[in-house]
This record gives sequence, C-alpha cells and structure tokens, in this order.
Amino acid sequence: MRTTSIPASQIGDAEKPSAPVELLSVRSVAKQFGSNMVLRDISLNIADGEFLSILGESGSGKTTLLRLIAGFERPDSGEIWMGAERLDRLPPYKRRVNTVFQNYALFPHLSVFENVAYSMRVKKTPKNEVSARVEQALAMVKMTVFAQASPSRISGGQQQRVALARALVNRPRLLLLDEPLSALDANLRRQMQLELKALQREVGVAFVFVTHDQEEAMIMSDRIALLRAGMLEQVATPREIYTRPATTYAAQFIGQTNLLQVEVKNHIAECAGMRWATSEPDGPATFSVRPECIVPASSATLTTGVDVVRFHARMLTEVFQGAMQLLQVETASGLRMIVKTAGGKARSGEMDFEFSAADAVSVRNTQRT
Amino acid sequence: MFSRAYKLVVALPPIAWVVLFLLTPYVLLFAYSFWAVTPAQQIVHSWNVQNYAELLRVPVYLHVLLRSVRIAGSVTLLALLLGYPLAYYVSFHAGNRKELLYQLVIIPLWVSYLVRAYAWKTILGSEGVLNTLLQYLHVTRHPQEYLLYSPFAVMLTLVHIYTPFVFLPIYAALEHIPRGLVEASHDLGASPMQTFWRVIVPLSIPGMIAGATFSFVLSLGDFLAPLLVGGPSGIMISNIVVSLFGTAYNWPLGAAISACMMALVLALLFATERLEKKWRFT
Repeated sequence: MRTTSIPASQIGDAEKPSAPVELLSVRSVAKQFGSNMVLRDISLNIADGEFLSILGESGSGKTTLLRLIAGFERPDSGEIWMGAERLDRLPPYKRRVNTVFQNYALFPHLSVFENVAYSMRVKKTPKNEVSARVEQALAMVKMTVFAQASPSRISGGQQQRVALARALVNRPRLLLLDEPLSALDANLRRQMQLELKALQREVGVAFVFVTHDQEEAMIMSDRIALLRAGMLEQVATPREIYTRPATTYAAQFIGQTNLLQVEVKNHIAECAGMRWATSEPDGPATFSVRPECIVPASSATLTTGVDVVRFHARMLTEVFQGAMQLLQVETASGLRMIVKTAGGKARSGEMDFEFSAADAVSVRNTQRT
Repeated sequence: MFSRAYKLVVALPPIAWVVLFLLTPYVLLFAYSFWAVTPAQQIVHSWNVQNYAELLRVPVYLHVLLRSVRIAGSVTLLALLLGYPLAYYVSFHAGNRKELLYQLVIIPLWVSYLVRAYAWKTILGSEGVLNTLLQYLHVTRHPQEYLLYSPFAVMLTLVHIYTPFVFLPIYAALEHIPRGLVEASHDLGASPMQTFWRVIVPLSIPGMIAGATFSFVLSLGDFLAPLLVGGPSGIMISNIVVSLFGTAYNWPLGAAISACMMALVLALLFATERLEKKWRFT
C-alpha cells in the first residue's frame, strides 16, 4: 500500500481562479471481485462543472470506479457522497447521476425521441414539457431531424449524440461517460472530443470521463485521475501531470520521459556525472526529465552550474519526425537518454547536451516488476 | 463456384424428401376432402364439396372445434402465465443456479409424451394420488370424479406438456436483451418494476409470440391428451379426425376437417410471423 496520498482538490485547484464547489466525494472506496482487488482505497473529489478524466490501462479499475458512482456496483468499503447525500447506499435510479454507456445502450424498441424522453416518461412529466425538453436536448446535439428514427437506423456517431442527449435531458449535476468515443473511427473521434468538450462547457455539468487514451485525456480534461491496478497514481491538471509527474508510472504513461536513478547527498543529486540541486532528502531517488527539456548545449565553454545540467553523449539513433526529431544518446558511463529537438539538421557523433535543473522532477518510484 | 451437377446432387435429397413426405400427402389429403364415401363404405373419386357442407351442417364439428380452440387458448394463456415468470426468473435472477434450473425445465421434454400424459391419469384418477390425498386430509369425502376425464384434465395435461415450449423462446428472447439496457433504464430513473414493463416486456414480445404459437398450434392438434384423460366431454377435433380415418372409415370427411385445420394453423402462423417481425429490433 502506498503511504502518501495526493490531496486531489489541492492539486486541481492550482490553475483555477476560484476554489470550485465540491460536487462528489469518493472516500476510501475499495472493491473486490472474488479474490481480485479491483479498487483499493480510492479517494477522489469532483468539483462542480469540471471535466475529470479517469485514465488507466484496461484492468486498472477505471470502469469499476465509474460503475460505483453510477450505482451499478456497491463498494465493499468506503463511502460516496454527493453534497450532503450519501450515494453509495442508493440504487442507481435514485441517484442524480446519468451515464453515457460505452455501447450507448439505446433502447431498440423506442424511437430517438422516446429514448430521450424515457427518463421523463418514467417520472410522468407532463407531455408538453416532455416534448419541449426533448426537442431542446436533440437540438443541442444536432439530432432534431432524426427524432422519429429508430436507433438501429442511425450511425454510431449519431447514436452517441442521442445517448448524450438522453443522459443530459434531465440536467444532471454529474455525467458519467464510459469510453464513449472508443467505438468511433479516428477522424470522428477527434471531432467528437472537441464537440464533447464544448458541450460540457456549454451545459456546465461535471463530466467524469473514463478513457484509456492518454492523449484524449490530455485534450479534454480539466483534471486527470490516473488509475493503475486499482490505485490512484496522481490526480492533477493535464499540464501538472505532464510537467510534474508524481510517480515513475505517471511520467511514463503520459508522454515519453527519461528516468534517472540518482543519489542525493546534501541536497545535491548526482547521476552519471551530472549534478544538480534538489530539496529531496539524502539517499537514492528517481528523477524524470522530459526529452524535449534536453537541448544541445549552446556553447561548450560555459561552466556547468547547478541550475543548468550538462552532459556529454554519443548519438545512437536519430528518428526524424518532421517538426521534431528524436535522438537516442548514450553517455560515457552507459546511461541512455532520449532527446527531442527541433527537426533541423541531421546530427551524429558526440556532442554536449543540457537541461535545466528545474525540469528534473523527482518522482516516486512505483515501478513494479 | 460450384458446378451445376454438384448443386443438383446436394439439392436432390431435401427436394425428394419434401415432395415425398410433405407435398404428396398434403395434395392427397386435399384431394380426398373433395371425394365421397358410398353407403357401402367405398371411397369414390367423384368431385364434390359435400364434406365441407357436412362440416357446416352438423353442429357437433363446429362445437368440438370451438372447444378445441377454447382449450388450446386456455392452455396457451396458462402456459404463458407459468412460463414467462419462470423464464424471467431463470434469465435475470437465478445467478449461478441458472444452468441447473434451465436443465430442470428441459428434462421433461426428454420423457415420452405418453408417460407424462399417463402420469396425470394416476394423479387425477378416482383412486389416484390427488383424490387419496384430499380424502386423507378430509377435504373431500368421496373421490372427485370431475378431476379426470374432463376438459379440465386435458388442459392440465397440455399445460404441463407445453409450458417448456413456451418457456424456451421466451427464455431465449430474455437472454438476448443486453443487460446494459437494464442498467441504462435504472440510470435514467426507472425502478426495477418500471424497467420490467418498459424495457424487458416489450423486448421479449417476439419470444412470447413464438411460445404462444407453439403452444396453441400443438395443443389445438393434440389427440393423445384428450384420448387418455379427456373422456367424452374432453373430446377435441383431432380425436374426431382420428376416428373418421379409423373406425368410421370416412376418409373424405376426415380430410376435409384436416384441410380446415391446416388452413386455420397456416393463417395463424402467417399472422404471428408478421407480429413477431414487427416487434423484433435488431
């Protein structure tokens, strides 16, 4: 078990102008299926109106976490609160939370209109109000002309829009989305990412978005909750999680990185001849340096300070990617690093590289073998 | 892709089978229904519609036909009322006993029809299990004769025999309902009861129609149950056909009744097939 937990709200607030109102609070939730611990001690706060992604590989427990919030599963321990209301003991139909399912789960025996109207039919909402709100919801997702169509007659992307309208027609305070874009082809997917994000801004409903695609999570989210094997690795804004990853896993899962095993002595980190100042306590530590933070040294005569770290390395491979090129280099002591630089001239032989000590981020080693 | 000869060889056995065992008998049956019987009990090939006129003229045929329809209808209704909840329970709520319960419903189908019908005889008879029990418990003083040899006994036997036939298509339809739809319904605020009526029932209608068709058509044409447990008051239309082809030796009249029954059943199958299509969403 990990001992330090990241207070999600603190990190998430870093880039927000005002402290957001807490909407949902997941407190020390655990869930086990048979002998398989799917979620262990998950604590997570979701703010009103925010777009939070639960990011993780398959089997990380992200869908289970979503199903616990929706009410399709009960936690073995822990609590889920929405304001002053305890959710985890309520059946799903009594929770003011709606879900967009991975396969959309539209009712095949009902028209698009009736699918969207379903929740109001169940509540016996007056007919004229139902049609007004359904039309509004369908207009919001640009599906008005398909109102009388059968779900089986419309495309996947259109079904997705109907599922969204159906889930949003009651203006829930929280919308759960279970990998809703995974069934769409790449182009449509990119388009829907932006549309979904715009829609979320427009309606102001908090979205909890489950995905295994780190790029998607980066593009869409206000905050990302990175889940791994049933535990939260880090909860932070995309920028924060990229520039200040908390763990080796977070650093490697989101983007590429160089992980440096260093020895800290008297607040100086040392690794393969490189030295820089750190506030870490003495002992072994792991630092992450993003490939784009490393640049070819501008002048060979500069002395190496503690704020600029310089090293000498030999080029192994070079991958030209257009605007950028990816270099794999090796220092004299055998340390291999990847460097991402502007894709200008071809490079070969040996040369000096440098990075700012501020870009070397101390990460908790959560590598499990 | 395949040669004409190959196609012909492959298609021949089924075509031969259909012509020999389906088409020929039906055509013969149809032809017989327009022939006549002499008082000397000889079938003469003189074309007429007297047999059909006879069916309309003598009230007993229509009377027995209506009784058969009534019994088949009641059997279907009762089998639906028994089979649907059973199928729903096994499909949605049986948990890990699902397979076991399913097999338990299926097992009676492996037992001979005759044995099952006879079983009811020993249960319902005046010296039977039920009467003995009722008297032992002092509910009744004398054996209740109406239990056996009555339309009631026929219905009971047929319900017992055809409930699995209703159960199976309903169960299959319920199994095909994506469980995500049930979750979506709950998610949208519908209670389990509302979900049952608004999602599960509409999506299982094709199964209900198929099951009801099975049970109605099979019950309507049944002659063993009325023969064994029906008595004189429990006679059904097929018993008349059997006796016309047998002891009465009036094949043309029997053929006429059979032709009418077939028309009725075909019309029914046609109607239910259209209904099923209307309610099938995939």
